[in-house]
Amino acid sequence: MPNITYQGKAYSTLPDETVLDTLRRNAIQVPFSCCAGACQTCMLHCQKGEVTERSQKELKPALKKLNYFLACQCQPEQDIEVALPDDEDVYVSARLVEKQQLSPTVWRFQLETAVPMFYHAGQFVNLKNEAGWVRSYSLASLPTEDEHLELQVRRMPDGQMSHWMIDEFDVGMHIELEGPNGHCIYTDGEPEKPILMVGTGTGLAPLIGILRDALHQGHSGPIYLYHGARSSDEIYLHDTLMELSWQNDNVHYHACVSGDDVADDVEAGRAADIAMQYHPDLKGYRLFLCGAPEMVREMRKNAFLAGAAMPDISADAFALTPRNVG
Amino acid sequence: MSSLFEKIGGEAAVDAAVDIFYRKVLSDDSISHFFETTDMEAQHAKQKSFLTMAFGGPNNYTGTDMRTAHAPLVAKGLNESHFNAVAGHLQATLEELNVPADLIAEVMAIAGSTKDDVLGL
Repeated sequence: MPNITYQGKAYSTLPDETVLDTLRRNAIQVPFSCCAGACQTCMLHCQKGEVTERSQKELKPALKKLNYFLACQCQPEQDIEVALPDDEDVYVSARLVEKQQLSPTVWRFQLETAVPMFYHAGQFVNLKNEAGWVRSYSLASLPTEDEHLELQVRRMPDGQMSHWMIDEFDVGMHIELEGPNGHCIYTDGEPEKPILMVGTGTGLAPLIGILRDALHQGHSGPIYLYHGARSSDEIYLHDTLMELSWQNDNVHYHACVSGDDVADDVEAGRAADIAMQYHPDLKGYRLFLCGAPEMVREMRKNAFLAGAAMPDISADAFALTPRNVG
Repeated sequence: MSSLFEKIGGEAAVDAAVDIFYRKVLSDDSISHFFETTDMEAQHAKQKSFLTMAFGGPNNYTGTDMRTAHAPLVAKGLNESHFNAVAGHLQATLEELNVPADLIAEVMAIAGSTKDDVLGL
């Protein structure tokens, strides 16, 4: 039977044992949880030898390429040397190529990685600056159309990372980037289904990516986008989205302002309420909900009660830390 | 002789029933607070495993699991009237899906058999 080398010591495997079994039998503590290849807690790095295809099936292409694998799914066919994944390995360096203010509080960042990253619109990345602060930001770009990775960052009064990004992170500087992560993405196969998108604040970032991805993949059903903000000046990329809806008959865009200063071309009220008002029956809809956790939670429930099937509801709730806002 | 789970339609039947059932439960103000959670997807998955068990499908539940899992709800006041309300929604779901009466009776018997463990009696 093949041997597994871990921290310089070789352990022989028993028939039908997985790498996780062998390590645990030898009282080696490695993190694990579901043992079904789903949670990815037991991911290890294979430093020598080759692991089975099955043990890499669920991993992101980048991790596969780097020889990461799931210990609970791997019955080794040859001698291998393994190690716990080192965080540093999965971060790559990214360079800021453009920075642009979109609203009084939201900036757009265009980043470039040395090796193009494979991702889906709507996923998010983790950024780590030199001080070691890590925050997650959603991708607003489309890998097939855009040269760079686009993030939208909102200045948060208590968010030190957002202040650093906006005030000190300048074009030409580098930052560490890990990703992509997340499953709030457009999947093809049902091009005629109506889509309802509701986003608050920079929850618009992933939605723009998903919307453009849907159009790019030939989505023919109606797509309704409701973007919510507290005040009219926080409605950003308004002209871009108006234009997108003029260019595409199936795109319907509504800007919603919950505060008092409602401009002429926006609707008064909370985005989620307005969306539910216009779409009381959500049977057969696909939903994408991004932004404030309370909005996402409430809207998910209301959408489900209004007939949307649970698997058709995709959501990305921006936790206060460390996701998206800090 | 096929099992109850096969007769009722297996996993496809669970998939068809879970949204209808969970929607009924969440819309019932007398019990919805026991089902409301920050992680609705996880709660939905729990309802799915419950239905799989009630439909006679494969499951690993033990009475102790049931007791432990429901203990926090019992502490919050879960009682027989709530249990009966959930059972009522289960029955209504099966009727809505035109499941034959004899199979509904079998499902209700399985669901009923969990009562003492669920209520910690």
